[in-house]
Amino acid sequence: MRKTQSIKLLIPYLKKDAPKFILATLATLISVAFTLTVPILFGLAIDQMIGEGKVTLETLSYYLTLAAGCIAIVCFAEWVKDFMNAKVVAGVTLRLRNACADKLHRMPLKYLDNRAVGDTVGVVVADVEQVADGLLMGFSQFLSGMFTIVGTLGILFFLNWIVALAVFCLTPISLLVARFISKGAYSSFTKQAEIRGKQTALMNEMVSGLKTVQAYGYEETALRRFNEINKNLKRVTFRATFFSSLTNPLTRFVNALIYACVVTLSAFLCIGGGILGATLSVGMLSGILTYANQYTKPFNEITSVLAELQNAFACLGRIFTFLGEQEEVSDQELPALTAEGEISVENVNFSYHEDKPLLQDFNLIVQRGQKTAIVGPTGCGKTTLINLLMRFYEVNSGVIKVDGTPVDAVTRKSLRESYGMVLQDTWIMQGTVHENVALGKPDATREEVEKACRLSHAHGFISRLPNGYDTEISDGGGLSVGERQLLCIARVMLLRPPMLILDEATSSVDTRTEKRITDAFHILMEGKTSFIVAHRLSTIQQADRILVMKGGNVIEQGTHAELLAKKGFYAELYQSQFEGENVCANT
Amino acid sequence: MKQIYSSFRKFSGIAVLAPLCKLLEALLELTIPLFVAKIIDVGIVNGDRKYIVTIAFMMVAVGFVGLGFSLLGQFFSAKAAVGYAAEIRGKLFQKTVHLPFSETDKIGVPRLLTALTSDTNQLQTGVNLFLRLLLRSPFVVFGAWVMAITIDASLSLVFAVAVPLLFLVVFFVLLYTTPRYGKNQRALDEVTASTRETLTGTRVIRAFGEEERFQTAYHKKTHALYRGQTVVARVSALLNPFTYAIVNLAIIALLYFGGVKVNGGTLSQGQVVAVYQYMGQILVELIKLANLVLLVSKSLAAGKRLSALLENTAEQPQTQVGETTESEYLSFRSVSMRYGEGKDALTDITFSVAPGQTVGIIGGTGSGKSSLVALLPRFYDVSKGEIIYQGKPLNSYALGEIRAKIGFVMQKTELIEGSVADNLRMGNTNASDEELWDALTVAQIADTIREKGGLSAPVFENGANFSGGQKQRLSIARALVKKPEILVLDDSASALDYATEARLRKAIKNLPYAPTVFIVSQRTASLSHADLILVLEHGGVIGMGTHKTLLSSCETYREIHHSQTGGEDHA
Repeated sequence: MRKTQSIKLLIPYLKKDAPKFILATLATLISVAFTLTVPILFGLAIDQMIGEGKVTLETLSYYLTLAAGCIAIVCFAEWVKDFMNAKVVAGVTLRLRNACADKLHRMPLKYLDNRAVGDTVGVVVADVEQVADGLLMGFSQFLSGMFTIVGTLGILFFLNWIVALAVFCLTPISLLVARFISKGAYSSFTKQAEIRGKQTALMNEMVSGLKTVQAYGYEETALRRFNEINKNLKRVTFRATFFSSLTNPLTRFVNALIYACVVTLSAFLCIGGGILGATLSVGMLSGILTYANQYTKPFNEITSVLAELQNAFACLGRIFTFLGEQEEVSDQELPALTAEGEISVENVNFSYHEDKPLLQDFNLIVQRGQKTAIVGPTGCGKTTLINLLMRFYEVNSGVIKVDGTPVDAVTRKSLRESYGMVLQDTWIMQGTVHENVALGKPDATREEVEKACRLSHAHGFISRLPNGYDTEISDGGGLSVGERQLLCIARVMLLRPPMLILDEATSSVDTRTEKRITDAFHILMEGKTSFIVAHRLSTIQQADRILVMKGGNVIEQGTHAELLAKKGFYAELYQSQFEGENVCANT
Repeated sequence: MKQIYSSFRKFSGIAVLAPLCKLLEALLELTIPLFVAKIIDVGIVNGDRKYIVTIAFMMVAVGFVGLGFSLLGQFFSAKAAVGYAAEIRGKLFQKTVHLPFSETDKIGVPRLLTALTSDTNQLQTGVNLFLRLLLRSPFVVFGAWVMAITIDASLSLVFAVAVPLLFLVVFFVLLYTTPRYGKNQRALDEVTASTRETLTGTRVIRAFGEEERFQTAYHKKTHALYRGQTVVARVSALLNPFTYAIVNLAIIALLYFGGVKVNGGTLSQGQVVAVYQYMGQILVELIKLANLVLLVSKSLAAGKRLSALLENTAEQPQTQVGETTESEYLSFRSVSMRYGEGKDALTDITFSVAPGQTVGIIGGTGSGKSSLVALLPRFYDVSKGEIIYQGKPLNSYALGEIRAKIGFVMQKTELIEGSVADNLRMGNTNASDEELWDALTVAQIADTIREKGGLSAPVFENGANFSGGQKQRLSIARALVKKPEILVLDDSASALDYATEARLRKAIKNLPYAPTVFIVSQRTASLSHADLILVLEHGGVIGMGTHKTLLSSCETYREIHHSQTGGEDHA
């Protein structure tokens, strides 16, 4: 994304803070102007000190009082500038970040599924931060730097055009030096970042996999790999550190050179008739020296700000690329769905990638209250089915209807609310247990929540938590896998939607919890149209219909008896899966 | 902090040179205002152009020598800081890879990683700046002051007022802002967590149609951050104006009293200008010094964390002398085990196994299943009782020796970035391609690997380009490449479907080198074929036997089995 385009897109986010922004700019202008005046007044004061008994203290006091007044103005202007800038930065951060986060909810899952969570979080959190800090603060520094340069030059010319000309011509040398160094340092820094990244990745892997490393006697190999990178890193880091640390001494030296020239020139001007008719007083000489010193500072600041700005623009580009991504089509005008629970899938084709067709000409009719079991080996595509039923993804062709209404003729929200979904991959939001259960009905009373939890067998463990229903929990930890699943069931229990999508527990849940989950599922499913990803024989046998999935596609469907008689994939799966039970059946 | 200091000794030579060079540079810098005073008081007053040019050349010469010292200083300090950080990082990594399991559990992976990355970097920056500014800044401040005193003692009193005042302002602003910055950081962390939550929970949030509520909650958090930031800004924005005011008011005082003295004839104009310039130098260095103090305190904290890890004395289990006894192939004799000072994780476990047998271990969460198998490769040692392997106590085997005999597949798969072959050869660098394929075939993943491009197919960080079941099978293959005497599958087939698991079981049973197999599982179906099944509860054995005998003799086992088969007991 081009810089100008990014800036154009940024303007709306700045608009609300426009008065503050203008105020800050004005304050910068005032601050710079008065900061530059102070040394002149000091110079005039020094000029009063001609010698013993020749100092007019009244005039001296007069200049110094004027200087004090300027200082007061600078102080106030500086405070306004810093405060307003900080406000603008915080405001733009707020609005950009909210825009990004709001957008997350409107992005198609296809987009989100294909991006690492860390990348997106990086845009919303780190990039936005970088833009605010780098771009706005950078702009403010850039502005005050520019004002200072122009102002200083103006004053120097006003004081003495010869010295001004000398300063004007000599200063670029220090800039060239700084530029030369930062270029050299830059390439070392990129190299350093690259090697450091490699090292971090290796350490990450070896440390988080420490047990495997030790179990496989991989310690020495790991050490060897590490030391090799560490040695390279040391070399590159040294170069980068040393190079970048050259800037200060070298520019200091160049400045000293300029300083010496200015001193000589100014001193010549102070003597007798000066040069070309131009003369200078000692007080003005000290003023000029201050300016000559100050003059290079904004240049250095601007160069360092430019590097920062470069980075900020890269971040801004990423933010607006994200904000410009295609969203889900708005469905605000469509009617809401009130579902009874009859589902028909007609001639549906679907694939994630064009070149890899998945579901082909898939048909399915489910009557109200029927139970459909989905069976198949790991990775068989049950998630695909859920994605389509919930309209997380859109079908490529064909139509899915609920109660005879095509799902794309109603709002996504109302369709999704007609389903209750409990996945194995549970998600707990940060908040209390109560808030988590009441996810779909935030105004639910404690009685309602407790009732839902009792029905879901979750009340037992919840009441053992330190603060019961008010215990704070999060996705990170605190609850066991089984407890999390019970909690997710309670969420759906509270709403009792007409259609259900359930995922049976697999091996990582202990026996008692598994039994509770099964019981809760039974209560939920009473009279509801339900899809259940099944691992248990009893569930499969009780289902009205079984969908057998493999490789992303539905390859067989029918009742348990029908499918066994067919002697197809299901029959084979059934044999291997329940081998253990057959042994027990024979005893 | 002993380790941290002793590692630095190696660099003490260059570490002394660095600040020394900077000191010399500072010394030279201090002479500049004197030269200016000379130009004004002698050169201009006498109208001596030659004198002015000579002094100017001397200024340049002094600047040049200063530059030389400065560059040397930067060189030495960068060398010392970078070398030192690399050394510490290397030592810490070496310590880390050899850390006993019990310590890794206690310290935790995030802390180790922070220490290896940001803490060592912090140390490096701290040492570098410290060496560069250690002598320079205080010396310039002090030196400039002394110079000012030599010019005029009473005028320099202005410094005595201004400098503490400056520190006071900085101190109070920091006092107000530091805790609030911390608070804002926490607010930002919450925003980050919230963003992450939105992404990981997007399916559930949409399923419940709660997008708007989450948006509102998010806005509340970002707004709290906004408020916090503006509150801090109001005060931190005072820092610049206040320092500016103090510095310039001090100069006003200086000029006024200077003017009085010039009038009284005790001071020259040039001297006033010189003192004025020293004031400037002091202030520049004071600002640097304040930053240095902040940075060094941060680095010291990092150093403390690092040394705590480096001085960790926990040792790997020692190898003891053990006598060979005539006994079974592998037997546990009244074995108990505990993690650290905690309760026993295993109590009084006794059983024996014949070569090539399969042992199943079942039990609820926290029953001690994983603890039991972790004893075999000596990840942890027994606290009571003993384990005999091939006639010798297990703890008389060296760690490397016993671990080479065992193929251990963890519950959580840990693949390394590289190729499939890199991963497979982790435990056996000399394995031929053919041996790798054999292992892949037994682990039921040969077809998948072929599809992905064979042994050279890439494995991304954390095996991200493989599904959960594929990662498990690849880990199993990695264990098989070792041709282990004992194969441990610690709940490591949980993501496999029954059919695949059954094929895997069969293939392992037919391995030519017939390893003894330990399978930890939550499912009776995965263990029904085992020669011996241990049922664990609260760290103790509550049932032992085959599937058949346990069904009739062990209540818990029966309960587990029935719940998993839906209570359809055909028996």
